[in-house]
Amino acid sequence: MATMDTSQSGRETPAVHVPAPDLPPPATEVGIIGWARANLFSNWWNSLLTLVGIYLFYLILPPILDWAIFSADFVGESRDDCTSGGACWVFISIRFDQFIYGFYPEAERWRPTLAVGLGLLCLVYCLTDGVPFRKYVAMFLCLPFPIIAFFLLSGGFGLPHVETPKWGGFLLTIVIASVGIASSLPIGIALALGRRSQMPVIRMICIGFIEFVRAVPLITVLFMSLVILPLFLPPGSNFDQLLRALIGVSLFSAAYMAEVVRGGLQAMPKGQYEAAQALGMNYWTMMRLIILPQALKIVIPAIVSSFIGLFKDTTLVLIIGLVDLLAMIQLAVTDSKWIGLATEGYAFCAILFFIFCFGMSQYSMYLERKLHTGHKR
Amino acid sequence: MAVADVSQSSAKVNWLYDARVRAVFYQILTIVLFVLFVVWLGSNTAQNLEDRGIATGFGFLDQPAGFGVPFSLIDYSETSPYWDAFVLSVLNTLFISFIGIVLATVIGFIFGVMRLSSNWIISKFAAIYLETARNVPLLLQILFWYFGVLTALPQLRQSINIGDSIFLNNRGLYMPSPIYGPGFEFVVIAFLVAVIGVIMIRRWAAKRQEATGEQFPVFWTALGLILGLPLLAFAVTGFPLSWEYPALKGFNFRGGAVLIPEFMALLAALTLYTAAFIGEIVRAGIMAVSHGQTEAAYALGIRPGTTMRLVIIPQALRVIVPPLTSQYLNLTKNSSLAAAIGYPELVAVWSGTVLNQTGQAIECILMTMLVYLTISLSISVFMNWYNRRIALVER
Repeated sequence: MATMDTSQSGRETPAVHVPAPDLPPPATEVGIIGWARANLFSNWWNSLLTLVGIYLFYLILPPILDWAIFSADFVGESRDDCTSGGACWVFISIRFDQFIYGFYPEAERWRPTLAVGLGLLCLVYCLTDGVPFRKYVAMFLCLPFPIIAFFLLSGGFGLPHVETPKWGGFLLTIVIASVGIASSLPIGIALALGRRSQMPVIRMICIGFIEFVRAVPLITVLFMSLVILPLFLPPGSNFDQLLRALIGVSLFSAAYMAEVVRGGLQAMPKGQYEAAQALGMNYWTMMRLIILPQALKIVIPAIVSSFIGLFKDTTLVLIIGLVDLLAMIQLAVTDSKWIGLATEGYAFCAILFFIFCFGMSQYSMYLERKLHTGHKR
Repeated sequence: MAVADVSQSSAKVNWLYDARVRAVFYQILTIVLFVLFVVWLGSNTAQNLEDRGIATGFGFLDQPAGFGVPFSLIDYSETSPYWDAFVLSVLNTLFISFIGIVLATVIGFIFGVMRLSSNWIISKFAAIYLETARNVPLLLQILFWYFGVLTALPQLRQSINIGDSIFLNNRGLYMPSPIYGPGFEFVVIAFLVAVIGVIMIRRWAAKRQEATGEQFPVFWTALGLILGLPLLAFAVTGFPLSWEYPALKGFNFRGGAVLIPEFMALLAALTLYTAAFIGEIVRAGIMAVSHGQTEAAYALGIRPGTTMRLVIIPQALRVIVPPLTSQYLNLTKNSSLAAAIGYPELVAVWSGTVLNQTGQAIECILMTMLVYLTISLSISVFMNWYNRRIALVER
């Protein structure tokens, strides 16, 4: 109407078309209703599934929440304080220090805390983008840090000696996992290079080792390092049970790491090798500067998931008699003073492992997205 | 003259810098070091064994084992020789691995597809299960099922009773066991005949469809044959099958078959743990099939169900099968964690009880490892064959 009027009254002002304002999108297509229609009730089958899903959540979630939070006991001193019928978290809070440090002497517990804290701090620093001196921190983490951590944990330089059987709980889990991770990567890379070597003898030895270790369960490797390793060594030599377990875990995860790294090496285009050789590089220079940096970058997500597997597998040392977190919990739930609290103990252990493993897997997915340079639909 | 000189001198490399000479040298060095290492280990071992008074050899296999086991698929008693205990433990490992693989595959496929569902709640439901089961150590799950769930089951007298034939209590799951009468072998034969018949009909139907385009209802015919023929044989031979029901007598159930709690805990944990990994593999496999394939199939007018069966799944299987194989192997190897709860499988019996009883460490661990090696190699050979069969045929 308005435009009609202007065109009739004055000739100077040309006709301007003013479109009516856009209608808002239908309420059923946007916002929470639109989302629900698209994702939950797009057709009758989907609606049925939604209802079934809601019912399942209704069946599972309230009892768990009630048990774990609403009717649980959090404060108290003993089993008798758990009266409300839900979970007895008192058990966890009383035993918490034992679960974390095992039988490590109480007066010396600042040492493992310092060692692990320092390591974590350096690690987080190294993994942060765009901070100065990353290279030097990484170098510190690779070489002096393990030695410092070893002396902190076991004693020396004026610190009282703490024997390895006293190491336990989550501390032991961390020690085994980090030693396993730190040693399996270089051994794994060496094995992977050996498997792709031109020299048949070296290739055969590497293939034999990798395939053999990958074919047997970790528990047999641990049994072997426990029972047979002492037989292999010169008579009279006696060494630490923890060290034996560490050797077993490291060799085992090195074989898996070797296969992961081999995947990366095989994914390298042949032109990379040929170009490096054409530049006159010898084998080690080529590997160090050209092939390995690219190959390892491709397989970072796989390496991280292999680390996650290793982290979970550390619980197996329970079977050969070391007291890691799970073994500490197993000891605690069979304690007559706290009988019948197995579920609480396992839930605590599961949550701790879940946080670490899920965190690692989320980090690897982040890395995958960051390093992904291809085209994605 | 000068040119010839140059070429001659440059072609003549000092043998010290010849890559081939060096390779041979390194390899000989490796062999020598390796042999020396093995000899060193061998002499140490011999010395150690002598010091401890352990006689090597497999003579102990004929001696009576002297220990009982709670779960056995063969006739075994305390007087049976060690060899029988070995066979028993291998069979127990294979038994739980087989059942676990079947269950884990089914559950894994269901959850993998659920994770991809367009329905938000179903997808999240699957995601919670997959992430939880994958990020919690298997050993913890086994212990949880054994000490947390199964010990919470009712006592013997208050057994959960399902139709007076299946009883569940904290001593295990009691089920009726079948007793095969004379003539039951005909039912088995009829089943085998039906399977062979179905395979032949499938081939014939595929050939006919290629030649004439006519389709044949293979699925319904197969179902009819596989169910019908054995049923017919069953009826003709006069129903030669009866059931022995477990009954509470005195302090325990008598009759029927029993699955011990160790078995159930291990099976539940192994199945749910591996199923979570299989679920992720299935999800990744289906997502790896490009969306264009679905669109092309729809554009050709193929219905969604048929698209799934003939277009998506065959291509997804190529991605799924190799990692699926390694999950099957993992499940088999992980069954060794039963050592923690006492299900009598290979590691618990052979590397545990027998090793401690006899002290024959090297023999016991060697035999254990050889069994796992054999299982691994057989599964990989089979799966490689299957993988080749479904692999992409390229020009």
